[in-house]
Amino acid sequence: MWTGDCVSDLIPTLSEQELAAIDAEIAHLPYRAAAAIDALKIVQAHRGWVSDDSLRAIASHLRMSADELDGIATFYNLVYRRPVGEQVILLCNSISCWIKGCDKLQQTIGERLGVGFGETTADRRFTLLPVPCLGACDKAPVMLVGEELHENVSGELLQQLFGAPAQEGS
Amino acid sequence: MNSATADLDRPLTRNVRPDRAPTDMAAYEANGGYRGLRRAIGELSPADCLQIIEDSKLRGRGGAGFPTGMKWSFVPMQDVSPGPKYLICNADEMEPGTFKDRLLLECDPHQLLEGMICAAYTIQADIAYIFIRAEYHRAARLLREAIAACRDKGYLGNDILGSGYSLSIHVHASAGRYICGEETALINALEGKRAIPRAKPPFPQVSGLWGRPTIVNNVETLCNVHHIIERGADWFRSLGRTADAGTKLYGVSGRVKNPGCWELPIGTPVREIIEDCAGGMERGYRLRGFLPGGGSTDFLTPEHLDLAMDYDTIGKAGSRMGTGTMIILDDKTCPVAFVGNLMAFFAQESCGFCTPCRNGLPWSSQVLQDIEHGRGQPVDMDTLERQVEFSGTIGNTHCALAPGAMEPLASALKYFREDFQRHIDERRCPWCDGGRG
Repeated sequence: MWTGDCVSDLIPTLSEQELAAIDAEIAHLPYRAAAAIDALKIVQAHRGWVSDDSLRAIASHLRMSADELDGIATFYNLVYRRPVGEQVILLCNSISCWIKGCDKLQQTIGERLGVGFGETTADRRFTLLPVPCLGACDKAPVMLVGEELHENVSGELLQQLFGAPAQEGS
Repeated sequence: MNSATADLDRPLTRNVRPDRAPTDMAAYEANGGYRGLRRAIGELSPADCLQIIEDSKLRGRGGAGFPTGMKWSFVPMQDVSPGPKYLICNADEMEPGTFKDRLLLECDPHQLLEGMICAAYTIQADIAYIFIRAEYHRAARLLREAIAACRDKGYLGNDILGSGYSLSIHVHASAGRYICGEETALINALEGKRAIPRAKPPFPQVSGLWGRPTIVNNVETLCNVHHIIERGADWFRSLGRTADAGTKLYGVSGRVKNPGCWELPIGTPVREIIEDCAGGMERGYRLRGFLPGGGSTDFLTPEHLDLAMDYDTIGKAGSRMGTGTMIILDDKTCPVAFVGNLMAFFAQESCGFCTPCRNGLPWSSQVLQDIEHGRGQPVDMDTLERQVEFSGTIGNTHCALAPGAMEPLASALKYFREDFQRHIDERRCPWCDGGRG
């Protein structure tokens, strides 16, 4: 990946809002690259995900190589390096939710929305991802939709959130 | 029980309401909040505070149970090297089956802040961070509001309550990954790097965040600090039912009637927690075993129900109290699939730095999937035993993740060996249906 920062015209740019938020993080850190994860999250909050162009722009601003930043970005499962839907469904598949049937929930969501783990609906509304234990095991099974936690998830709740099951052949 | 007694017996959850609504500054202060802070900063020296915490026998509630006072005593206190010191609250709760810190964070954020300010004062930290997992949106918002309220009151900022001591607290929301809960991996994540654990020594108490002295403590540990400073070490030690001191948040999840999380005297017998608090097993389900404190602890069985839930008793029985939140294995859930779920998690969450973890965990996970789906061979049992010995031995691996991952497997091979063997002999899972009846 090309990472030079001498020809500034070719470097994709960040918005003023994004730069202001990133600079606020840099202000209380000993060096710019220390803001890497914060910067990735800030840009993702504005754009939904972190594209190659966004990555290069952030790396340039933090004065680090894009490859090094990509190594950080791809380490963390909640930094999205591919486009995601308007809302990300994080379905817990750890032990307590598994005991309480998260596999069936995954299947039901898959049937309703036509997606498996890692996929986005055709209308770009939802992306379905598995997530480690969400820390609400007494209310298993649980999932996050956007920032909202849903506990004791049932078939009725899935119908409310995602509509009726898709009809055969429709 | 009147409320004053309840407050003394259950200090950590006294402000937890049935609807789990957060306790704000006014309600927190009305119930005696920030008295421990006033006592610490107004009346005691940092050395006095350290002595009280050491005397209290408080042990880390994140899983390892290391004595908190001893951990703090390693922080250099003289001005031998100029520069800041740090306190970090580990709120990266992600151990499978663990849901106790969420309760404390969401229901009583000021309790954590008061504990943190007292802890930071004791080690004379300049800056404190709350490293919170990305998915705890509500808790992060409540903490930021509570920090702002503390600044308005003069409990945080410059010259706290006119003492000359200054502290700021920042909330850092993570971007995922279980390994961030390991304290040196957490420090790397806070520095904006990949969360790969560091070699120890040097220990973070001497060289942690930005190479400066750093203490990392779990949420529940820190929530105890100001209660101890306010009421004394004797009071805290008197709370426990066995040799350990204080109360503990215990939890039960799985096929029990009333899954939940309760604050009880440390050393409460397992049976009381499962039968009295959690209401016993759901109708039609029988208890076969349980992980006492999260996904990286060894199975115990019904014969262990009368053991006290404390660090040493559970340790002597061959497991660990860990986080104190139990996961129940019932008779309609396949133990091979149960362990397979955990192993898949650990394999996925390995940071990839050392070979026994990066390769050993996916290998074990694959063997468990093969056995579960009827493709197991007799030799697989030996493979699993070898993996337990190799990846499960501290010293073979860079950190404790792989040894932790091997604990449920090693103990399942001990207690549920015939179930593994049946899968291999019958070439199918006797429970079918994805391992659940």
